[in-house]
Amino acid sequence: MNTSLSWIKAYVPDLDVTAQEYTDAMTLSGTKVEGFEQLDRDLDKIVVGQIEKIEKHPDADKLIVCQVNVGTEVVQIVTGAPNVKEGDKIPVVLDGGRVAGGHEPGQRVEGGIKIKKGKLRGVPSNGMMCSIEELGSTRDMYPEAPEYGIYIFGDDVEVGSNAVEVLGLDDVVFEYEVTSNRVDCYSVIGIAREAAATFRKEFVPPVVTATGNDEDAHDYIKVTVKDTDLCPRYCARVVKNIKIGPSPKWMQRRLASVGIRPINNLVDITNYVMEEYGQPMHAYDLDTIAGREIIVRRAEAGEKFVTLDGQERQMDEEVLMICDGEKSVGIAGIMGGENSMITDNVKTMLFEAACFDGTNIRKSAKRVGLRTDASGKFEKGLDPNNAQAAIDRACQLVEMMGAGEVVGGMVDVYEEERQPSRVKFDADKINALLGTSLTKEEMLDYLAMVELAYDEETNEIVAPTFRQDIHRLADVAEEVARFFGYDNIPTTLPSGEATTGKLSFKLRIEEVAKNIAEFCGFSQGMTYSFESPKVFDKLLLPEDSELRQAIEIMNPLGEDYSVMRTTSLNGMLTSLATNYNRRNKNVRLYELGNIYLPKALPLTELPEERMQFTLGMYGDGDFFYMKGVVEEFFEKVGLHEKESYDPNAGKPFLHPGRQANIIYDGVVVGYLGEVHPDVADNYGIGERAYIAVIDMPEIVARATFDRKYEGIAKFPAVNRDISMVVPKSILVGQIEEVIAKCGGAYLESYALFDLYEGAQIKEGFKSVAYSIVFRAKDRTLEEADITKAMDKILKNLEELGIELRK
Amino acid sequence: MKEKLMSIREEAIKAIQAAEAPEKLNEVRVKFLGKKGELTAVLKSMKNVAPEDRPKVGQMVNETRAAIEQILEESKKKMERAIREEKMKMEVIDVTLPAKKNMVGHRHPNTIALEEVQRIFVGMGYEVMEGPEIEYDLYNFEKLNIPADHPAKDEQDTFYINKDIVLRTQTSPVQARVMEQGKLPIRMISPGRVFRSDEVDATHSPSFHQVEGLVIDKNISFADLKGTLEVFAKELFGEDTKTKFRPHHFPFTEPSAEVDVSCFKCGGKGCRFCKGSGWIEILGCGMVHPHVLEMCGIDPEEYTGFAFGVGLERIALLKYEIDDMRLLYENDVRFLKQF
Repeated sequence: MNTSLSWIKAYVPDLDVTAQEYTDAMTLSGTKVEGFEQLDRDLDKIVVGQIEKIEKHPDADKLIVCQVNVGTEVVQIVTGAPNVKEGDKIPVVLDGGRVAGGHEPGQRVEGGIKIKKGKLRGVPSNGMMCSIEELGSTRDMYPEAPEYGIYIFGDDVEVGSNAVEVLGLDDVVFEYEVTSNRVDCYSVIGIAREAAATFRKEFVPPVVTATGNDEDAHDYIKVTVKDTDLCPRYCARVVKNIKIGPSPKWMQRRLASVGIRPINNLVDITNYVMEEYGQPMHAYDLDTIAGREIIVRRAEAGEKFVTLDGQERQMDEEVLMICDGEKSVGIAGIMGGENSMITDNVKTMLFEAACFDGTNIRKSAKRVGLRTDASGKFEKGLDPNNAQAAIDRACQLVEMMGAGEVVGGMVDVYEEERQPSRVKFDADKINALLGTSLTKEEMLDYLAMVELAYDEETNEIVAPTFRQDIHRLADVAEEVARFFGYDNIPTTLPSGEATTGKLSFKLRIEEVAKNIAEFCGFSQGMTYSFESPKVFDKLLLPEDSELRQAIEIMNPLGEDYSVMRTTSLNGMLTSLATNYNRRNKNVRLYELGNIYLPKALPLTELPEERMQFTLGMYGDGDFFYMKGVVEEFFEKVGLHEKESYDPNAGKPFLHPGRQANIIYDGVVVGYLGEVHPDVADNYGIGERAYIAVIDMPEIVARATFDRKYEGIAKFPAVNRDISMVVPKSILVGQIEEVIAKCGGAYLESYALFDLYEGAQIKEGFKSVAYSIVFRAKDRTLEEADITKAMDKILKNLEELGIELRK
Repeated sequence: MKEKLMSIREEAIKAIQAAEAPEKLNEVRVKFLGKKGELTAVLKSMKNVAPEDRPKVGQMVNETRAAIEQILEESKKKMERAIREEKMKMEVIDVTLPAKKNMVGHRHPNTIALEEVQRIFVGMGYEVMEGPEIEYDLYNFEKLNIPADHPAKDEQDTFYINKDIVLRTQTSPVQARVMEQGKLPIRMISPGRVFRSDEVDATHSPSFHQVEGLVIDKNISFADLKGTLEVFAKELFGEDTKTKFRPHHFPFTEPSAEVDVSCFKCGGKGCRFCKGSGWIEILGCGMVHPHVLEMCGIDPEEYTGFAFGVGLERIALLKYEIDDMRLLYENDVRFLKQF
């Protein structure tokens, strides 16, 4: 929404503020000014001059030398403009002045162009005559300006006066952000009402007097509304003996200031009232209306209709149509039809000001694929009482401008008149809600400024129907707060019962994950929750993989963002690839983010969202580094049991010989491995990359921050080293399992200290050596204490086919 | 005897002074104080001394021993110190040689911003709560006073899974869920990922993060909201930060406000950063709409509350002067390393 300052001042005559003051104060009272444009910011020393004499330039065919009376003196100006003649009144920028831009449209120069006197081909020139473009505007806005050449004023303009003022360029145009609850502020009058209240000045809206001759519109047109649910009100008036012509300059200027191009008096009146009252109107050529009757009804399924822009469009049964006795003549609230549009030959016109259901208009505009200024207003849900005010105002302007003869009376279909809403007033509650201590009188005074009346008898605030946002006391409180000033409301802190500030246990575990990852060199990444269904192929997932059961978005931004991820891998691999492409070395990334697992597809209930702790790296480090990070994390969150690793994880996206499920407490809590070379190729990662994915809900379920001090060993330990020749098929994990299982009560720890495969070892075997530590808490162990345990370990190892080296 | 002892002492001192290494000192010790040393020899010859003189002689011997030992000890320390100093002189390193650093990872700027916000509110007694990212329309819209066909539903450009389930467009549904549980009073913040159907560009992302806050209690006022957010702004952006509350409209609060903070780059004078205005918009807030309270089973006659919401990316972009939102989701380590 835009308005010019001068248009606002038309209704708030005492308003005397700078553009900045206006911006600040309006914003603080709730009508946010997004910005403003001072139209004459680059114009300086520009007056109305009159050409007294024109002579040819002695040395240039295309130049002329003009003597121009600028009021105080006569100055000589050389110009190449083809369109001026003696006696013309023109805008002249004097020596030292500024213009806004060059001669061609759109050549505006920020800061303007300084004009200095000089010589043109040897002849002194003491200023410049201006085109409308040089004044920073366009022929669209000043249709009377010539296509090429100097702007020429009418005869009534005084020589020597300020040309910028004469052109109405001494104005400021404000751009507002109007919130969706304030439909009334999508109009100049609505904004002016707020301005008057903000600056505590008198609000003087237009006075609309009775219009029309002694005929009755009912004799010209009959209106039937079949679908009153979509059209609560339909007002129609008739204008005959139409004289199409240009609208007066003041109206053109106001329209131009808000970016609407003046066309002719009828179009301009419609646009003007739409801006002024916020009520779109439509004009039909009454002679094209069959049967002189208007019927408002839903379209027929598949109905085709040609709108006045010449396009054929297809309707469905929910689109509301304006029809005559035989055919459709307009899409309600969106655009009229070509078959009934006003032409230069129009004699009698039907003015329509209606109120349509906002939601339906919004949806229809989408369905028909046509969003217009009118639909933009209607979709906000207009006040039906405003329709009559607007149509009467339009007829008043028709009479004022001599654009036609208004027929008396109005055809009005309005079944259920919208009533003002009433809210019980309670000053104490408002004060309690705001934290203020205003008196009832102060409050009522603020409310009265925006026409919210107080009914003393019922102790109610009565909100006019244009205020569709006032339903409850909280709404009234906001009005009080706005004009008391949000700034003036005191600042306190909530009192009352103390509460404990805390993070959930889950968030605390995630905190540890972040710390461990970072200590281990991984930086935190973030990737999108939705991705392309193509990633399943990239990850080599088989057709029947559960991970392909992804939730689809109905209206995605594109296929690349169309399914909710069921694995965090794609995000990680994509990020690694990005880094690889950019030649970053030794990259380690982690992410904490959800995957979304549907319980059933299509979705009938919310899916399971599982937080995944995903680590990925290439460069320094290998499988076992990654494994170390996992184990550090487990230890830090109190997972003290030994985790185990199952190499038969069956992950198609990982190297078949370098992958494992991470098993804790008998449950798979994640997996890790080297990225399958095919997958690395698919992503364009040219090095071995490793990933680990930890399923956080399983971790959170088992984690604990409880710790118990177990004492520091006081007695010496007994060490036993065992050296083995092990079939290659046996995993060291199996050896460890035996040690752990058979080690007995004194087993403290065990560690691999040698692993060797090669020449000295027979084919199919490897050499493995473990150091086993036994210790008692209360005494020094004797040889005999551990013999039994050691024997058991050795026996069980031998059963696995392991040879012991003595 | 006395002379003998004196001469032993002098000899010993001489020998000590002559020693140039700790081993030599040891030799001196053996020679004079050892089992076969000179002083021991004197002691052994005590039997030749008259019994009445023995204590006196004994004392003299002990004194001599003590004196020699002390000098020995002092010399030894001195010598060791000299040796150590000499050694350290040899060990001088070039301290300007490069450091050996551990590879340490970096936290995402969004997370840093979130942790800042969390720190402030947890300190004020707020609990951090989470909720589903794929959410029922009911919680994302309806319970927040955004009924079917409300234009806000279009404005927010929601991603739909089906007509009842959406990708949440805000973290406010968590508030509705917490209110519904009916445990009062409430002081909570809900951080998390939200989704809106905006094409990716320098200032938009279809997925971003919000933190919303909610306080419900008896006698909560707009003044409390102002006070709370003032504290927040000062904590986040610095003690000199000023706040400006502008009336605004949100369906789930009434009265509602948008909050600007004085530009923390220029202090409010106006700069490129705040587009010359001196103010930067950072959050939206308001008093919880009574209808929202009713829908969540809270009596608005008894309880009032306030809610606010802030975009994490917005804070991160502002605080760290990141000029392109896409950087936040590319995960280029050269970017991440700067935080």
